[in-house]
Amino acid sequence: MQKEIVMFDVHKIREDFPILQREVNGKPLVYFDNAATSQTPQVVIDAIVNYYSTYNANIHRGVHTLSQEATDAYEIARQKVQAHFNAQHAHEIILTAGTTHSINIVASGFTSLLSSGDEIIVSALEHHSNIVPWQMLCERTGAVLKVIPMDEEGTLVLDTYEALLSEKTKLVFVNHVSNALGTINPIETIITQAHAVGAAVLIDGAQSCPHIKPDVQALDADFYVASAHKLCGPTGVGVLYGKEEWLHKLPPYQGGGEMIDQVTFEKTTYAGLPHKFEAGTPNICGGIAFGAALDYMNAIGFESIAAYEHELLTYATQQLLQIEGLKIYGTSAHKTAVISFNIDNIHPYDVGTIVDKLGIAVRTGHHCAQPIMDFYKIPGTIRASFSFYNTKEEIDALVTALQKAKMMLS
Amino acid sequence: MSIQEIQEEIIDEFSMFDDWMQRYEYMIELGKSLPLIDPQYKIDENSIKGCQSKVWVHAALTADKLVFTADSDAIITKGIIAILVRVFSGQHPKDIIEADTVFIDEIGLKEHLSPTRANGLVSMIKQLKMYAIAYQTQVSQ
Repeated sequence: MQKEIVMFDVHKIREDFPILQREVNGKPLVYFDNAATSQTPQVVIDAIVNYYSTYNANIHRGVHTLSQEATDAYEIARQKVQAHFNAQHAHEIILTAGTTHSINIVASGFTSLLSSGDEIIVSALEHHSNIVPWQMLCERTGAVLKVIPMDEEGTLVLDTYEALLSEKTKLVFVNHVSNALGTINPIETIITQAHAVGAAVLIDGAQSCPHIKPDVQALDADFYVASAHKLCGPTGVGVLYGKEEWLHKLPPYQGGGEMIDQVTFEKTTYAGLPHKFEAGTPNICGGIAFGAALDYMNAIGFESIAAYEHELLTYATQQLLQIEGLKIYGTSAHKTAVISFNIDNIHPYDVGTIVDKLGIAVRTGHHCAQPIMDFYKIPGTIRASFSFYNTKEEIDALVTALQKAKMMLS
Repeated sequence: MSIQEIQEEIIDEFSMFDDWMQRYEYMIELGKSLPLIDPQYKIDENSIKGCQSKVWVHAALTADKLVFTADSDAIITKGIIAILVRVFSGQHPKDIIEADTVFIDEIGLKEHLSPTRANGLVSMIKQLKMYAIAYQTQVSQ
C-alpha cells in the first residue's frame, strides 16, 4: 500500500523553532545554512532541559534510581536510532560524537585489516572529513587511495568507478549526498558493485539524513554514519551503524571505562557491542535528545519533508537563475535542497558579508570540499541550503538581498 | 602625518555615514585606491592566513620607513586592507609596532564584521606588525 504524503503547514512548523523568531542585524532571520547545522525544535530543547532538571546521572552501572532512569532513556534513544535506520540489532548502533568521530573509528579499526598494496576508493565529492582519515589510513598501512571522478554536473562517473574496482579493493567510502553540491549519489549501485569484489562500503550520511530516511538493511551498507545536529538534534552526538560482523572484526578505538569486560594488569577483555566502541561516559543527554529529534522529524514524516523541500529547491533554482550572471554549481537531476552558486566573478565572501547584513545566513567558502572547488577552478561558492521550516518568502528575501549585493559589488 | 592623525582622519570620514551600506560602499571605494602589490610578490609566502578570502601583503623599507603594498581577491577585504595600509604605510617600524588601532572599533569595522572576518582583520594587523618587527633591526636608530 502506498503511503499517503501529508503536506504540512510550514508556518505552524516554524512555531516549533524558537530561534526562527529572532532578528539578525535588525531583519528577520532567514536561515539558509541548514547543511552546516539544523535548528533545534522546542521538543528537543525540552528533552535536554528535562534530562538535566530531573534525571541527570551516569549510566549503565549505577544501581540508584536516577542512573536506571538515565540508562533506560539512553538505551531507548539507541533503539529509536536503530528503528530510524532500520538496523537489524540495537547493538549495531554505536553512539558517537558525530560523523567525523564515526568515520575515524572505522578508519582506525581498518589499520590492522589492511596491508600494503590494498586499495581504498573515495569519491571526488567528499567532505574533507571523509578524505583525510583515509589518507592517514593509507599512510599507516601502505594502502593506495583511488578517487571516483565527477563530471561538470557534479555527478560521479560510475564507469570509472567500475574500472577502479578489483580484488585489491578493500574499502569504498562515498557520501550519500555531497555537502557542497547536494548531489544524491547512486549508493545502491556503488554498494552492489563493491560487494561483488568483496570490498566493504562506508556511506557518509551527514548530508542525506536531514532529507532521506536511509534503510541500512535494504541498502546493504556495511557502515553508515551521520550526525544528530543536522537532524534537528544537538551537536556532539552522532551514529556509527556497522553490520554486526564488521563491528566484531574492528578493534576498539579508545580504551577506558564502559568498553571493558574484565581488567587485570596482565590482560583486559573487551565488552561486547555496542560498548566496545563507547569508552568513557557518553554524551548521555545528547543521545537522549537525538532520540527526541528523530521522533520529531518522523512525526512530520520524511516523505512530506522531501516533497516540500523539493518544491523549495525548484522554486529557489528558478528564482536564483533570474539574477543575471548567477551560475549554479551541481546541477544533477538527483539532488537535495542545496544550491551552490556564484554571481559573475564576485568573490563569494563579499556576497556572504552583504547578505548577512540583511539578516540572511548562507555559507561561503570551499565547504570543506577543496577538491570540488579545484575541479570548477573557483575559490568557493555561496551555498544556500534549505530545510523543511524554510519558506518561499524567505527565498524571495534571498533573491532581493543578492540583487542588492550584486549592485554594491559590481 | 602620524599614525594617530591618519586614524583620526579615517574616523572623521566614516562618521559621515548613517548606515552600514554607506560604510561598506565607502570601504569598497577605498579598496580601489590600494597601492597594489607587484605581481611577483603575489605568492603564498606573502599571503595572510586566517582570512576566507586571499590577501597578499608586501613590505619594503625606504628611508627608514616601511611601505606596504597589498591585494585581495575579495573587494570588501581589499577595502579593509586599504584602510590598514593607509594607516601604517610610510611609517617608522617602531611606530607601527607600538600603534594602537583604535579606529577599528570607532568606525564600526569590528562590530559589523562577522567573527571570521574579524579574525582576518586581526591576522592582517598582526602581519603588518610582524613586518615592522622584522624590519626594525635594519633601521638606523
